[in-house]
Amino acid sequence: MKTTAIARIGAHPLDEYLRTDRLPHIWCPGCGLGMILGTVLRAIDKSRLDIDRTTIVSGIGCTGRAAGYVKLDSFHVTHGRALPFATGLKLANPNLKVVVFSGDGDLAAIGGNHLIHAARRNIDMTVICVNNFIYGMTGGQLGPTTPEMGRTTTSRKGNTEKPFNIPYLVGAAGATYVARWTTAHVRQMERTFIEALQKKGFSLVEVISPCPTYYGRMNEQATGLDQMRYYRYNSVVKHFANLADVDISLDGQIIVGKFIDIDRPYLPAPKGENGK
Amino acid sequence: MTTRAKQSQIHVIDERCKGCSFCVEFCPQHILYQTNETNAKGYQVVRVSEPDKCTGCGMCSRVCPEFAIYVETPDGKQ
Repeated sequence: MKTTAIARIGAHPLDEYLRTDRLPHIWCPGCGLGMILGTVLRAIDKSRLDIDRTTIVSGIGCTGRAAGYVKLDSFHVTHGRALPFATGLKLANPNLKVVVFSGDGDLAAIGGNHLIHAARRNIDMTVICVNNFIYGMTGGQLGPTTPEMGRTTTSRKGNTEKPFNIPYLVGAAGATYVARWTTAHVRQMERTFIEALQKKGFSLVEVISPCPTYYGRMNEQATGLDQMRYYRYNSVVKHFANLADVDISLDGQIIVGKFIDIDRPYLPAPKGENGK
Repeated sequence: MTTRAKQSQIHVIDERCKGCSFCVEFCPQHILYQTNETNAKGYQVVRVSEPDKCTGCGMCSRVCPEFAIYVETPDGKQ
């Protein structure tokens, strides 16, 4: 790949994939988004994908800003509509490698219906769902993934609603590859992203990420580092775990690993295969 | 620690560092530390205490959310 050949001396090895004039980015100190974006770019580099045929689509939210920082063809679309946009992109041009990089509020809340239908249709794309348990950009409101009794700016005494279990949801809808890691598992995350990028069909990787500014501060993990330590010491790797058991609670263990890796017919159907 | 033909070198891009100290926590050799030096935005930047101990694993570069630290190993950058 041209990365190592072109990279300037004194420049970060990922600078080739970044719009460096926009750095430093707007994400807070201690936020995990930069790390996840860096891991995705490393995975794209290591999978030797043609970067002219790789696109990143992201919706609205802190995570949505990622599309503006990458020097690939990237699309920053309306709230919740990252998946329909990516579906159109893939169906119109099946040669593209489509990566959706968006947050839990974008994918699971306003775009929840699109998430289950993209998984049901098994559209060939890689979805990276960054789960920070909250709507970070708009001021830390309660989201569909906030754990029970988690305190947010709109649930001062604790959330009383049951959160979404995203791997279970997309697994039930028919996704072919589902995994979950936290930001404390960077190397495993990188390997999983490489696998997910090569997988034919709908692949979703949920990444648990710290949000110290709005989530951590209200839940006794005041800095990003506190949240990283929590993920490091409270994560249990359990590959192919029963998805009904991978719920996230406020103080409990976080079950991580690769949960689903199956093959089934996908859209758009490849030409020359499937008897066509 | 094994001896290497050439030492790995850690580079910190000061303007990008936001002082989250993830690299300090996750360096397996514990050779990074946060200084009182501040960059233009007022964040306390990170420095290397014992450069000879770096094994070039690239963990600091991987956990940095700011693309502000990287390692130059004899085999290339990471």
